[in-house]
Amino acid sequence: MEIICINCPVGCRLKVKVEGGEVKEVAGNACKRGDTYARQECVAPMRMVTAVIPVEGSRTPLSVKTAAPIPKHLLLDCMEALAGIKLKAPISAKSVILRDVLGTGVDIIATKSVKIDL
Amino acid sequence: MNVDVLVIGAGPAGLAAAIAAKEDGIHNLLVLERESAPGGILKQCIHNGFGLHRFGEELTGPEYAQKDIDRAEELGITIQCDTTVLSVSEDKVVTCVSREHGFQEIHAKAIVLAMGCRERPRGALGTPGTRCAGIYSAGTAQKLVNLMGYMPGKRCVILGSGDIGLIMARRMTLQGAKVLACVELMPYSSGLNRNIVQCLEDYDIPLYLSHTVVDIHGKEKLTGVTVAQVDANRKPVPGTEMEFDCDTLLLSVGLIPENELSVGAGVNLSAVTSGAEVDDTLQTNVPGIFACGNVLHVHDLVDHVSNESFKAGLSAAQFAKGEFAVGETVAVLDGQGVRGVVPQRICAGAGRAVELMFRPAGVYRNAVCVVKCGDNIVARKKAPIFTPGEMVVVKLPEDVVAGLSGDLTVSVEGGQ
Repeated sequence: MEIICINCPVGCRLKVKVEGGEVKEVAGNACKRGDTYARQECVAPMRMVTAVIPVEGSRTPLSVKTAAPIPKHLLLDCMEALAGIKLKAPISAKSVILRDVLGTGVDIIATKSVKIDL
Repeated sequence: MNVDVLVIGAGPAGLAAAIAAKEDGIHNLLVLERESAPGGILKQCIHNGFGLHRFGEELTGPEYAQKDIDRAEELGITIQCDTTVLSVSEDKVVTCVSREHGFQEIHAKAIVLAMGCRERPRGALGTPGTRCAGIYSAGTAQKLVNLMGYMPGKRCVILGSGDIGLIMARRMTLQGAKVLACVELMPYSSGLNRNIVQCLEDYDIPLYLSHTVVDIHGKEKLTGVTVAQVDANRKPVPGTEMEFDCDTLLLSVGLIPENELSVGAGVNLSAVTSGAEVDDTLQTNVPGIFACGNVLHVHDLVDHVSNESFKAGLSAAQFAKGEFAVGETVAVLDGQGVRGVVPQRICAGAGRAVELMFRPAGVYRNAVCVVKCGDNIVARKKAPIFTPGEMVVVKLPEDVVAGLSGDLTVSVEGGQ
């Protein structure tokens, strides 16, 4: 089957040979990430999640991301988990906002700093 | 005020240009920024996927911007925010206004134009219908959601499949809205393929190619849009209309380099890219005025913007120091299947490696991009697919550039 690598904007078209639920061969990737992506995507797709969360005391919401990709089927559940978080400024970039989201072992981390400006 | 190098805009392009100029020994350097903080559009691009080429890691927009902001701070670069540039003249006098400094006139030895681009608005489309609330450009909606914390609506249709539209389809969905459709006039998407996959397909949002919005309904607030298929001449096909009940219409229908200041300075613009015409040092036709980033031509990758802007900043620094010389140039022309090659001229004598960038004029499968000097092929690049949504980069090594004897033509050959 043919899939499009989503690791970077180059978007390599990967040709993946799958036999019996197992990836046998990957071609068309410009870098190593394409190979890794194809092997994962055809078996258990994973996605990064980014979101914004309102912060008490800050004019701008905080942007956050999962520290690593999480299973694709958990995307909306992850957003649900983030919706319940209450935050207070100041927060610095890279700080952990939520540990081990949905038992994935992946933390939610801040991708920018917000100061008190309200 | 006198400065050696003046950079207009503190987005990724302006920051990179300023960093390169400072690192090359320019101390009297000033960056002017219209907004209240540096970072440009990256501030609102909270999704990931930036920086893989430049930093070898996958960053979000704010993280990518912060790396350059930190570096600029480390180098002691002055970034004057909340400042709007009013004019740039051919003799490199810049006027600007700000609350803090009032009206300023700045005389620069060299100027880097890094103003970025803006979105094509509804008015440019000629879509019929009422002028109700609820219609936003995708970037405006992105700013509302990601920087101001407002949701523009709950049920959304997206016209155009540019990257910002696709990114916003996912953002609106994740933040709780229902995205009913993404509608694209052309038979192909103008966005990156990865974004079709991870922003539409992941959330089962239908993409209607060769369709457009033919009517907009709603008196005060948008209540719905009519979508119809278009024929090969992009005219709506009667009888194919579909009604969508929505409160928000996002437009992602193209980006236009913001060149009003450049025109005032006598900079020649390309009719194809809407950006300045430059040589491989990124110098425009006006000596000492350089352009880089999305004000020069709209990029897909910020990594490319940064690279290009480092070059522009270095050139500006050399110009300000009086070490800059451009010899004879050869022209780089668009051939078959190619739109808007940048740079438009190359200084062959300098023998620097050059990267040619362009957008294919259509979709070509199993084709070859060929760069010719007369009848000689000087570079070629094969790809399984060339599409207008993805910028093509062709490298000309030093020895090839040094050996150029005449104008170059870039074309896409073979394939369908």
